Amino acid sequence: MGEKKGYNERLEEKLTTIFAGGHAKYHEKMNEQNKLFVRDRLALLFDDGEYIEDGRFANVEAGDLPADGVVTATGKVNGQTVCVMANDSTVKAGSWGSRTVEKIIRIQEIAEKNRVPMLYLVDSAGARITDQLDMFPNRRGAGRIFHNQVRLSGFIPQICLLFGPSAAGGAYIPAFCDVVIMVEGNASMYLGSPRMAEKVIGEKVTLEEMGGARMHCTVSGVGDVLVTSEEEAIAEAKKYLGYFPANYTEKPNKVEPKQIKEGRSLEAIIPENQNAPFDMYEAIDALIDEGSFFDVKKLFAAELITGFARIEGQAVGIIANQPKVKGGVLFVDSADKATKFISLCDAFSIPLLFLADVPGFMIGTKVERAGIIRHGAKLIAAMSSATVPKISVIVRKAYGAGLYAMAGPAFEPDVCIALPTAQIAVMGPEAAVNAVYSNKIEAIEDPKERIKFVQEKHAEYKEEIDIYKLASEMIIDEIVSPSDLRVELSKRLHYYENKQISVAPRKHPVLPV
Amino acid sequence: MKNLKSTMAGTVFTVNVVVGEEVVVGQVVFVLESMKMEIPVEAEVAGKVATIIVGEGDFVNEGDVLLTFE
Repeated sequence: MGEKKGYNERLEEKLTTIFAGGHAKYHEKMNEQNKLFVRDRLALLFDDGEYIEDGRFANVEAGDLPADGVVTATGKVNGQTVCVMANDSTVKAGSWGSRTVEKIIRIQEIAEKNRVPMLYLVDSAGARITDQLDMFPNRRGAGRIFHNQVRLSGFIPQICLLFGPSAAGGAYIPAFCDVVIMVEGNASMYLGSPRMAEKVIGEKVTLEEMGGARMHCTVSGVGDVLVTSEEEAIAEAKKYLGYFPANYTEKPNKVEPKQIKEGRSLEAIIPENQNAPFDMYEAIDALIDEGSFFDVKKLFAAELITGFARIEGQAVGIIANQPKVKGGVLFVDSADKATKFISLCDAFSIPLLFLADVPGFMIGTKVERAGIIRHGAKLIAAMSSATVPKISVIVRKAYGAGLYAMAGPAFEPDVCIALPTAQIAVMGPEAAVNAVYSNKIEAIEDPKERIKFVQEKHAEYKEEIDIYKLASEMIIDEIVSPSDLRVELSKRLHYYENKQISVAPRKHPVLPV
Repeated sequence: MKNLKSTMAGTVFTVNVVVGEEVVVGQVVFVLESMKMEIPVEAEVAGKVATIIVGEGDFVNEGDVLLTFE
């Protein structure tokens, strides 16, 4: 009997050490930074705070490296099974040793075999330089984590919650995830720290400026969702997961439908003057179930809105031009933003809804030098190759390649719907008349005659691109009153549910990046 | 010194403030015309207008300073 008690005591003792994490002073430091201990994060994330763990005793013999600085767990979130790796920054700043890396690789393998989403709760200083031969270059070293992420991309959802630093090679964990949620003030990503930047290239810069959460969510576009606390990050991750199936073979679930948010009608929101701005968010609110919008990259390239929503309980990914910001013109960054979002929705069978009010892609030296042509091509390629249901709604103008980018008729949308305010053309009336008649206009000496001539040509042009003419030519499939659009979309999402199209066999397309 | 920069390339369509005016966050300070669209430029910070650098009809590039605050 005495011997058995000894076994249990030994186990209890080890478990107590492991559950305590690193030294008390590191717990205090976390507290000061408004950061939660890794096990408290997991308790918040999992339903009822319950989870199972593998490799809990990793490096237990070392004494000061509980769980080797990472918890790898499986449990339920919103009733859906998920796998998680969560760094413990109280243990050697969450740095990676050989067992840390092996644990992360193994939990990825578990997620793969069971075809469930993989969550990465990152808070890590990077590699343990002292252990580099055991964890850096080898077959099951840190590189394998990224290799696995790439293999799993589009197979299962991969989500990153960034609570602290994600340094050097570690910064590729967020980069290979579908979405990155960052806590302002604490989360950061960088290949070289400010200290290293000063030593190596002579640049003096703060961590916030170079790799802070706000910078990444507004300027670089590496971050997707900026939050103010860890609790909010976890709540956002749960909300995000709600739109996704467990893996690519399944479909997103339906939820109880809700009414639209109370507000102005779509008709009242959209101004008749094609050139006057309006807020596309208000138009989205007039179409979707109240409170269902999940904004992706809200603060980055705001001239284009991308986010998940529900229409009568059905999940949909919305890509909408925002005329209020930069006139809704497409730029290099907005093209990138849309490309990733479309690719994400298509991978997990989330139908796409395009709301077009776009003057086209930006022109001028600055954007040409930035490669707007290849960035635009990337967006068009992603949209074109998506096989999920694609619904294109022409809200107002859709000019030039803007029409193409927003799933215009040539790109096999399941339907191209026009609102009565729609205007489809190579370019707007003013620009077109100028382009065609500029010599003639300049030759007219009498100013009154000149204005009269221009107005006549405008009128002719407008007739030429009249939306009923396009409907008559069957260029667009349907014209719908703004007040009927929500019902129309809901029906179509339902009818297209089992859409299947066969793709010609090939290895893969060559990405125009 | 705080200033307000152009959000994109275009020509200045209207200047909606005068020197000495108190501007609040989100106020439309300029309207640019670009890509045949009217593009409002909103103040990102509040302040008193010190100088207005551009006038109606001027071409501005993305990032050009439009006005400075005191």
